[in-house]
Parts: sequence; structure tokens; C-alpha cells
Amino acid sequence: MPFWYLPLAGGVVIGLGAVALMALSGRIAGISGILAGTLPPAKIPWSDWRFAFLAGLVLGPLPAGLMLGHGVIAPPAASLPVMALAGLLVGIGTGLGSGCTSGHGVCGLARLSPRSAVATAVFMAGAAAVVFVVRHG
Amino acid sequence: MLAGLLSGVLFGIGLAVSGMTDPSVVTGFLDVAGAWNPALAFVMAGALAVTAVGYRLVFRRAAPLWAPAFQLPTARTIDLPLVGGAALFGIGWGLAGYCPGPALASLSGGWTGTLVFLATLLVGLWLAKRLR
Repeated sequence: MPFWYLPLAGGVVIGLGAVALMALSGRIAGISGILAGTLPPAKIPWSDWRFAFLAGLVLGPLPAGLMLGHGVIAPPAASLPVMALAGLLVGIGTGLGSGCTSGHGVCGLARLSPRSAVATAVFMAGAAAVVFVVRHG
Repeated sequence: MLAGLLSGVLFGIGLAVSGMTDPSVVTGFLDVAGAWNPALAFVMAGALAVTAVGYRLVFRRAAPLWAPAFQLPTARTIDLPLVGGAALFGIGWGLAGYCPGPALASLSGGWTGTLVFLATLLVGLWLAKRLR
């Protein structure tokens, strides 16, 4: 099996998830936005679609692992202080920037949104710059 | 609620199958100056192609199937919160190899690093909500 087969197949399934949410509920499948929508001061019931989405996102890898017959999630590589700092940066950044890889990088680019094109270019470049410094700096 | 669950499960399966739930694959993709692993470019290409075509078909309808109207972003300006926020997000993504979706999809691994990342991610999202 060529190395790109599973990444491409996974990407297609992610796309189907984004299209399904728009076709059925008329919503952008942006994960940072969905998470932010559950936080105070918003008051939403446990039956809200956002919690259903998040539950599906957490549980989805389990059948995927069974279908493929091997582990599909791997532990983080960075130390706990770095993970804590990274989480905070990702939270503040996606909150201020109104989206992450799913909202801007998939849904926004698919709608040809100029804001999403700028955001995706900036976060890709920022992430590549950090990896460069960590690995080669 | 069913639409949310269906879409979430598809995202969870897709992220896991594609390799995005392995942070070393993600940082390997971001390491363009080193041993670049192009695998995740195919994730992006597959997701984007399906979504771009799918959205075109969906937007032929006046409304979604189970809701009264499409709820699309209305902001148009390229401002400091957008660019600065995306830069901060990129730094965090490069440090951890996690963006929000893969971090949540890795929760069932039960690793402390994943839990710590998700906890501070929620704090950051809450702070940003207060700042805006």
C-alpha cells in the first residue's frame, strides 16, 4: 500500500464529516469554534449538537483502530510543560483567530474565504518555523 | 444532535486513519527543512477536495435538511486578531504536534500530555472569548 493511501482516505472521511454537518445542520465543522461554543458565558444543554459532535470525535478513532487492525493514536512527544504552553497558545490563538485547521484549513478554504486563506498560511508557516527552531535551531 | 454525532464520528475516524493522531507524523510534516514527511498534504488535499465539491452541491439548496438556515461566518476583514491569533496557534501546533481535533481524538489514549494540552486549550479558548 503506498504511503499516501491512508492519509488521503482519512482526508476524504474528514471532508465527508464537514459536508454532512453543513448539509444537515448548516454549520461549519470548526473544532475550535465548536469547543468555544460550549464554554461560559454560553449556557447550552447537554443535548446540544456540539456535545454530540465532540463525543463522536473522541469515540471515532476506536472503530477506526478496529477496522485497520492496528493502533491509530500515539502519545504526545513533548514534555508536560511544553504541552501545557502549547495548549494555551492553541486555545488563545484559535479563539482570537476564529478557527483552527478544520474551520479555516478545510471548511474556510473550501468556501474560498480570503480570511481563512490568510489564517491557514500564517498558522502553517508559524508551525513550520517552530519545528525548524526545535529540530534544527 | 444526530447530525453532530455523525459528523463528529466521521472526523474522529478520518483524523485517526490519516495519521493526524500521531504527533510525530504531524511534526514530520511540518519539518520542511529536514526529513519532510509529505503524508499530511494528502489529508489536506482529500478533505479539501471533498468539502469544496460537497459544499457546492449543498449550497444549491436554500436551507440545510434539518435546520432552518445555513449559519456561515460573516466577517470579511483581515485584521490583527485573525493574523495574530493564527500565528499563536501555529506556534502551539508546532510545539505539541496537536491542533484541537487530533488532541480530542487522542483522548481515549488517556495520556497525561493529551489531558494537559486539552485543559490549557479550554483555558485559552475561554480567555480569548473574554478578550474579544
